[in-house]
Amino acid sequence: MKKYKDEPVRRRERDRYRDRNRDYDEYSEDDRYDQGEYEERMDRYDRVYEERRKSSGKKKKGRKKPFSIVFLSILFTCLLGSMLFYVCEYSVVNKEKLINNSYNGRQQILLSQNTRGSIMASDGTVLAKTATDAQGNEVRQYPFSNEFAHVVGYASQGRAGVEAMANYYLINSNVSIAEKAKDDAAQQKYPGDNVYTTLNTKLQEVAYKSLGVYRGAVVVSDPKTGAILAMVSKPDFDPNEIDQEWKTLVADKENSELLNRATQGLYPPGSTFKIMTSLEYIRENPDTYQNYRYNCTGSFTHGQDTIKCFHGEHHGQLDFFGSFAKSCNSSYANISMTLDRSSFKKTLTELMFNSALPLEMNYSKSVAISEPSTSDSDIMQLAIGQGTTAMTPIHLNMITCAVANGGDLMKPYLIDHVQTATGKMVRQFDAEEYKRLMTQNEASILTEMMKGVVQSGTATKLKGLSYTAAGKTGSAEYSNLTSDSHAWFTGFAPAEDPKICVTIIIEKAGSGGEYAVPIAKRIFDAYFGA
Amino acid sequence: MELYITELSRYLICFLMAAYAAVSFLVFGFKDEESRSPLYIFQNILMLAMQFFCFLQIETRTGQISYLFFYAFQLIVLMATIILFHLMYPDGNRLIINNMCLLLMVGMVMLLRIDSAKAVRQFIIAVCSIVIGFLIPQLIYRWKFLKKFTWIYAITGVCALAVVLILGSVTHGSKISYSIAGVTFQPSEFVKILFVFFMAGALYESTSFLQILITGVFAGAHVIILVASKDLGSAVIFFVVYICMIFVATGNPFYLFAGMAGGAGASVVAYHIFAHVQVRVQAWRDPWSTIDSTGYQITQSLFGISSGGWFGLGIFGGTPTSIPYVEDDFIFSAIAEEMGIIFAVCLVLVCVSIFLMFMYQAYKIRDLFYRLIAFGFGVMYIFQVFLTVGGGCKFIPLTGVTLPLVSYGGSSVLTTIMMFTIFEGLCMLQTEEQNAAIMRRKRRRRESRDSYEEI
Repeated sequence: MKKYKDEPVRRRERDRYRDRNRDYDEYSEDDRYDQGEYEERMDRYDRVYEERRKSSGKKKKGRKKPFSIVFLSILFTCLLGSMLFYVCEYSVVNKEKLINNSYNGRQQILLSQNTRGSIMASDGTVLAKTATDAQGNEVRQYPFSNEFAHVVGYASQGRAGVEAMANYYLINSNVSIAEKAKDDAAQQKYPGDNVYTTLNTKLQEVAYKSLGVYRGAVVVSDPKTGAILAMVSKPDFDPNEIDQEWKTLVADKENSELLNRATQGLYPPGSTFKIMTSLEYIRENPDTYQNYRYNCTGSFTHGQDTIKCFHGEHHGQLDFFGSFAKSCNSSYANISMTLDRSSFKKTLTELMFNSALPLEMNYSKSVAISEPSTSDSDIMQLAIGQGTTAMTPIHLNMITCAVANGGDLMKPYLIDHVQTATGKMVRQFDAEEYKRLMTQNEASILTEMMKGVVQSGTATKLKGLSYTAAGKTGSAEYSNLTSDSHAWFTGFAPAEDPKICVTIIIEKAGSGGEYAVPIAKRIFDAYFGA
Repeated sequence: MELYITELSRYLICFLMAAYAAVSFLVFGFKDEESRSPLYIFQNILMLAMQFFCFLQIETRTGQISYLFFYAFQLIVLMATIILFHLMYPDGNRLIINNMCLLLMVGMVMLLRIDSAKAVRQFIIAVCSIVIGFLIPQLIYRWKFLKKFTWIYAITGVCALAVVLILGSVTHGSKISYSIAGVTFQPSEFVKILFVFFMAGALYESTSFLQILITGVFAGAHVIILVASKDLGSAVIFFVVYICMIFVATGNPFYLFAGMAGGAGASVVAYHIFAHVQVRVQAWRDPWSTIDSTGYQITQSLFGISSGGWFGLGIFGGTPTSIPYVEDDFIFSAIAEEMGIIFAVCLVLVCVSIFLMFMYQAYKIRDLFYRLIAFGFGVMYIFQVFLTVGGGCKFIPLTGVTLPLVSYGGSSVLTTIMMFTIFEGLCMLQTEEQNAAIMRRKRRRRESRDSYEEI
């Protein structure tokens, strides 16, 4: 049977038709009423009507279907739909960022409802907690005082470090509703969620103590996961005293204690930058780099510019590996003259120079300029990490991690997981691959070269230990007026299966081999229990 | 105990709203009002439950006894509206009435939370509007001569807007309201109705190019006066309605594209001429850099929307009052913050279902005049929803229009209720049209039966 669009109307109409026109419709004289037959009959009438209309030549009065209405209905519905999608997406993606904004008054609501949660080291040691003092005021306490100052940060006078990164979790409370009801009854605030970091208290202590009175920074991380195990910056401050000391700290432009040098300090990378120069040379000469030879006489002159080796040493006959191990400036100045500048620029961009790093904390962008228009003199300076070249310790640590991890950079992270006060998991952060910085082959060549530095180069203080270390030293000159230099070391161990990656800078100490390598040794020893 | 109640009702309100929105769309799966009836009753139950839990939450959080009276009055008015409309106009559309009551209910709950004095005022205005609304379907059904006043609508509209421009008082930097005997009106709201009637009348007369040009002149006059009054939101709404109505009346896509191109051109010109347009666009592109001046409103609104999460902070659980003019332009953000994003999104979906019902009726009505009116109101309504919600969530630049029936504003509530009840009248007309068609067919069949039997 044919289905009619106006079925209900038709039914109503049919009933009326049957009731009112009994005398007219001969079919209704029969009391039995068969719908099928009725429909058939109606169809027949309609057909006849159509035929007659056609044969009479009259055109049916055209009633255009208003498709424009359908079209606009769909259009507006899609418009509204995309807007609603945007609302959901935007607010969910940016929720943490928005709640952390200092203009957002909702923070105050959360703070009045919940006690700020604690920050823990990976082994559960408390790094920061909120306690109530004798007067009933809430006080933020940092049991390790200066040791974790920069990485854990502070939560009054603005926020920094983990206190800033994890603020959203610390001020929210996800304890069960029953717990909340209990707190309500006791007229207590709800306990904020606790944040467990990746920090290792032992390594942090060794790194902190090793730096001693020097200024500088240490970053220790796990190359396979990106977990940051320790982060030290000196000079430091006591976060327990932040409110009292704030004015002095801000006013002190010379020491900048508040600056986290590990992520924000921009230093000339010196010889550690030869890792990048070497990578570029290998990329440009994949088959012939081993044939490279150079005879070092203590300096390299090109035009009017002369590059001298550190403390005027004469390295003699060197191959590519030897140049790296001995950290021969003259040889690298020589190499730099053969490099293609746009290709070097591409490599540097891939290594995240002059661009953003995958970090959630405040950091500075490293600078390394290689343009087709760059002068020969500047390229020579670039190749040995001097001139305008500047780098943050965390960035160097990330590149070293990538070398150690077969070319793959894992995203550095500090927050491992978040738990409620009662131990229920709120969120787990997993290791995340960021991107590939170099091929596996390039990474293994660089690893070999860095092993050479330990075996026969500038970092022999790490030789002959229970583990094989690999790394690169640097002695970066920071001023033309003095021969003093920043001491650098970046490296990892064990070389065969890297588990820990260390980057150290000590300001104005001297050579990397003398000052930075021993600290690396202490950290490695602490980690491997030697 | 208190905590359990507020937490539980938080989730329940969202769940009820989601169900309500779903039913609003399910309705379209049934062809006639009779078979939709169970769905409508289900909607009413959901709405009453929602209202109950809203007030339960309010009472546990505030403990104000006076709010219970407000609840009782609201309950009576809403129920009376739903039942009386159904009894008086059985041929009317119940989805529109149900949704109208829901939106009013949500608006008043939110206003009560923001400013209880305003909620009471809004309630009184809503009651008066509904009483007026009861008469309108009859008038539309009877007064067929409304088709003929085309040019009177246009001239009245332009004059009303012009009077405000010259004599009106300034609110929030725009000259849009006018006071008579202590009562403040926003004529641009009422002119919306006149404008749609004018366009429908003019296009009913003729859809020739000349006619379209003449209507263009009048529509342009409306828009220019509104722009001069700095009421950008209304100006954009009038323009969009003009383009869409011409497109539907002629069926010619050329007008749609030409209108869009013209609109884009006009926007660029407006951007360069008017400083306040530039400010709005800047605040939209990057509100964060001017967070303490021009970007303040929009960033506070974004904070509101995001801080509630899917289920909201609960009524009286957030700080919606930190958004300036939250009861007018940013009621959506307040709802999202306290009742949750799910609730807010479903609320907009309910608005979409209203729009689709307008379109569905417009599609069915054969008379071009009435079709254009149903269509014009639908577009006007949904576009206003789009402007206010989109503006509040940084999807588009802020234009400062209200969310119809939910935001605070007497003129807006009265106008929207009038639109909805005019629509009810159109539904009656459409039923009549349908009956007439049946009669015609019956006659036809009789004729052909007679001749068939002759054969």
